[in-house]
Amino acid sequence: MSGIRVLAGTRKGAFILTSDEKRKNWKVDGPHFAGWEIYHMKGSPVDSNRIYASQTSAWFGQIIQRSDDGGKTWNTPGTSEEDLRGSDGMPKGGASNDFRYDGIPGTHQWYDGTQHPWEFKRVWHLEPAFDSPDHVYAGVEDAALFESKDGGKTWNELSGLRQHDTGPRWQPGAGGMCLHTILINPKNQKQIFVAISAAGAFRTDDGGKTWKPINKGLVSNFMPDPKAEVGHCVHRIAFHPSKPTTLFMQKHWDVMRSDDSGDSWKEVSDNLPTDFGFPIDVHAHQPETIYVVPIKSDSEHYPLDGKLQVWRSRTGGNKWEVLTNGLPQKDCYVNVLRDAMSVDSCDSCGIYFGTTGGQIYCSADSGDSWNAIVRDLPAVLSVEVQTLK
Amino acid sequence: MIRVVLPHHLRTLAKVGDEVGVDVNGSPTVKSLLDALETKYPVLRGTIREHGTMKRRPLVRFFVCGEDISHESPETPLPDAVAKAHEPFFVMGAIAGG
Repeated sequence: MSGIRVLAGTRKGAFILTSDEKRKNWKVDGPHFAGWEIYHMKGSPVDSNRIYASQTSAWFGQIIQRSDDGGKTWNTPGTSEEDLRGSDGMPKGGASNDFRYDGIPGTHQWYDGTQHPWEFKRVWHLEPAFDSPDHVYAGVEDAALFESKDGGKTWNELSGLRQHDTGPRWQPGAGGMCLHTILINPKNQKQIFVAISAAGAFRTDDGGKTWKPINKGLVSNFMPDPKAEVGHCVHRIAFHPSKPTTLFMQKHWDVMRSDDSGDSWKEVSDNLPTDFGFPIDVHAHQPETIYVVPIKSDSEHYPLDGKLQVWRSRTGGNKWEVLTNGLPQKDCYVNVLRDAMSVDSCDSCGIYFGTTGGQIYCSADSGDSWNAIVRDLPAVLSVEVQTLK
Repeated sequence: MIRVVLPHHLRTLAKVGDEVGVDVNGSPTVKSLLDALETKYPVLRGTIREHGTMKRRPLVRFFVCGEDISHESPETPLPDAVAKAHEPFFVMGAIAGG
């Protein structure tokens, strides 16, 4: 098919929303995996029919789901009959949800300042790679990066990140100690950026063997040393694929920009009404046009004055303009979570975001006007968009 | 054949109905029953017991014949009523979180 496919992960299942490129009439399909939390779904850039989903439950743990037909059917990788028949004829497999830290997990800082063992809880983000539909990365809580090269059947930790010297100083944010953002440089796929709450941003230039914190210029007043090397609560980072040396960041407070692959950051919040928020994203065709959703504060996770507003900067930060056409401007007290904003690559770029109130909004004109695709889903955890040719 | 009742979320995951039947060789224990259950339904691996340690997940409970046996040794033999399929083995999700 051609058109748009929106992949929405919610507190109680997955939904797939489809439309043609006009983006006016939508079909809502779901819930898939009803009752389970779907933290994230994302399609492969190599094969749009290949979609990975993180299905999770505090009771029953982590499940990885995979679709090979654009979300019509799903399977847990490695549990088909042929996968399960070992060379000796005995069953094997069933390891697609086995996320085991490499070596002795060690400890990180806990909320009370003591050291606490690393414990796997869930997958927050799945990032399919550019080289093969079977190659995919997973960002997990407690923070670590895993990789699968067999379509999600098995996972191995890229442990150089978690075993970085600063690991014992990482600490959980309110949502847990999660690795929530993975950006692969399409021009140099050995360069990967990740972001962790609350440790900060990190970069590898050698495919994940070694990592360096890239937090110079961040200031976080909740830390004893506000400019420390790690400990920052980075909520989200983004870049335009054509310009991967320029990174944008929504931090706990502050919107930041780097023009040297994260080696240094400067604040670009300027005239935003509040610079607290979760998502940040970049226009598909304009590398200097970026979007944020300002949220009142870290104590009050809802829009200022009950008015849901997206703010856009066409200058890569600073000089922000408010976008409200079609968004509720009174009595709106939803939140927009860090992975719940995405863009399509139609000629007129579409911007999408989901709310904790269950709405998914779409703008088919780069943010100038908005419509709710659907209004009453469970709380939306993540939104990804596929532009199908 | 031992009767096993799974919680809703695991039924949908394994694509099974209210109750499943599992064959266990010899005298069944909690461990041998769960081993057989996971062999028959590999998608359940890691959902009832942790990978690696094979410990019961904290919010999962096992009930048989009106008793909570979650804290019994995994090697504890199951009651005759369960072994003979007069009573099912219940895997329960703890009531927590609303």
